[in-house]
Amino acid sequence: MSIPTEMKSTQKISPQRSLGMKRRKNKETFEAYLYLLPSLLIFAVFTFFPAIFSMVVSTFRWNLPSQPSFVGLENYIYLFTDAIESPIFWKSILNTFYFSLGVPINLIISLLIALLLNRKIRGVGIFRTTFFLPTITSTAAVSVVWLWLFHPANYGLFNTILISLGLPIQAWLRDPVLAMPCLIMMGVWSGMGYNIIIFLAGLQSIPGTYYEAAKIDGANSISLFRHITWPLLGPTLFYVLTVGMINSLKAFTEIDVMTQGGPLNATNTMAYYLYQNAFQFFQMGKASAIAVLLFILMLLLTWIQFRFVDRSVHYE
Amino acid sequence: MNNKTDLISDSSRSTRKIKHRILTFFSNGIWLVVVIALAFAVMLPFIWMIVTSLKGPTEVFAYPPTWIPKDPQWSNYIEMWKEAPFGRYFLNSAIVAIAVTIGQLTSCILAAFAFARMDFKGKNVMFMIFLSTTMISSQVTLIPTYLVMRTLDWIDTYQALIVPFLANAFGVFMLRQSFRTVPRELEEAAKLDGCSRFRFLVQILLPLCKPILASQALFAFMGNWNSYQWPLIITNQDSMRTLQIGLRYFVSGEGSTQWGVYMAAALVVCLPVVIIYFLVQKTFVESMASTGLKDI
Repeated sequence: MSIPTEMKSTQKISPQRSLGMKRRKNKETFEAYLYLLPSLLIFAVFTFFPAIFSMVVSTFRWNLPSQPSFVGLENYIYLFTDAIESPIFWKSILNTFYFSLGVPINLIISLLIALLLNRKIRGVGIFRTTFFLPTITSTAAVSVVWLWLFHPANYGLFNTILISLGLPIQAWLRDPVLAMPCLIMMGVWSGMGYNIIIFLAGLQSIPGTYYEAAKIDGANSISLFRHITWPLLGPTLFYVLTVGMINSLKAFTEIDVMTQGGPLNATNTMAYYLYQNAFQFFQMGKASAIAVLLFILMLLLTWIQFRFVDRSVHYE
Repeated sequence: MNNKTDLISDSSRSTRKIKHRILTFFSNGIWLVVVIALAFAVMLPFIWMIVTSLKGPTEVFAYPPTWIPKDPQWSNYIEMWKEAPFGRYFLNSAIVAIAVTIGQLTSCILAAFAFARMDFKGKNVMFMIFLSTTMISSQVTLIPTYLVMRTLDWIDTYQALIVPFLANAFGVFMLRQSFRTVPRELEEAAKLDGCSRFRFLVQILLPLCKPILASQALFAFMGNWNSYQWPLIITNQDSMRTLQIGLRYFVSGEGSTQWGVYMAAALVVCLPVVIIYFLVQKTFVESMASTGLKDI
């Protein structure tokens, strides 16, 4: 295009052409970065800068609205060892893992339902829609509904069911022992749909010929599941498990609407404790330290996921 | 048919067929009963929400609870707009969700186009940078982003609710994938006709990728409509609250909660996304499945 005309006739055409291509590529590079610019700007300001700044803030004592002062690792030490603070923090760590118990429970139930729904019957789509509905509805609205279901009086629906079974009524979310299982139960209900969709996709990707071959060899349905479905679904299972764990570490809405971390910190998870410290007590440094710890935990899970995905490729 | 089946007499074959039919009939029957029971259990909270939303203040607290409201209080659905400024919340949610959807889609289209159809220096590095954003969760960026907003004096503003969500790496990956499926020849032909790259994107590529664009748009809309933590933190004034936050503050003091009106409000909050879901179920589910995100 921009190659001078007198040069075109010379023998050495290839360097000229490559120069032109290079120039064109430079132009293309410039244009490409223009296209990337909007996303890059947003990521720089609202993802990368905050991620780094989070670590910086975690080394400061910064109680809004006063000015920050550098304290090194004091926030971390304080969280883990302070006589008053550390029991709550340790409890929030335990609660985080307790809450994530919902993930394997969810996995088992969704797998069973996915196996049930993996049939070619007319109208099966209606059921898929039904199970998926809790997943798309807003967590805040759904939490409000469950707050009503778990109402501690006798007219709360779950208590009505208990009464009709001849059992004593429960305080549910107001009971320190029952509050977390209640949240887990709701979490399983609202997260199931997503897992079922993933499992169904996984199940449908297993070639039908495998099953036919095994059937000819006289395999029953249990051994079909054990030796074909289970191993071939392995990577899907693991994916769902890690994504579910990461999401459960982030859980906030249901806790805020239903229990606010109570009663007696029984449902106070790391994510919620972070929020309390930052936006109720305005201790930005300490809250950032929790955020960094939570981040490390999530990165660990992501790393495990990538490792396993690699291995599963070799398996196939 | 091989020889073996030919040897079986006609009668035994037909009894076998009938046996098989009866078996599948029963197994299908059991299957149906189990699945319907499960589906009912899953739908129970929704059913209870709808039932309660039609009950008056006394019937709500009646024991045993009624499954069919004796005197359906449709007025609950009018009452809810008076109890709290739900009109304002609805407007805020709509403004924010629509603005984010348009903005996010635009930035995703541009970035996805560069990744899918252009050859440039540092492409792999850029791709890794985009990928790495998916690993940085909102919990980590929460506090610094809040501090930035505070410095900018953006608290209680629409831009605080919109701007941080104008980029989305998952959206870029999804769109890149579908942009790549459009044949290269088409672009070359367009180029020969003197069509610029940007015009090719707008006039040829985008119309070809309408379904994926629609699902991305709806996905962005849903994520934002349902978002909770960020609006909770960044808005203090009633006039800036979104629906999700308004719903939370609707629960007044203990006992005085009007559950009928409250459930009506919850239903109204869910409804837009549910309607969208029914309209575009298939693509919607696919994009959910590929990102694993529910709300922000």
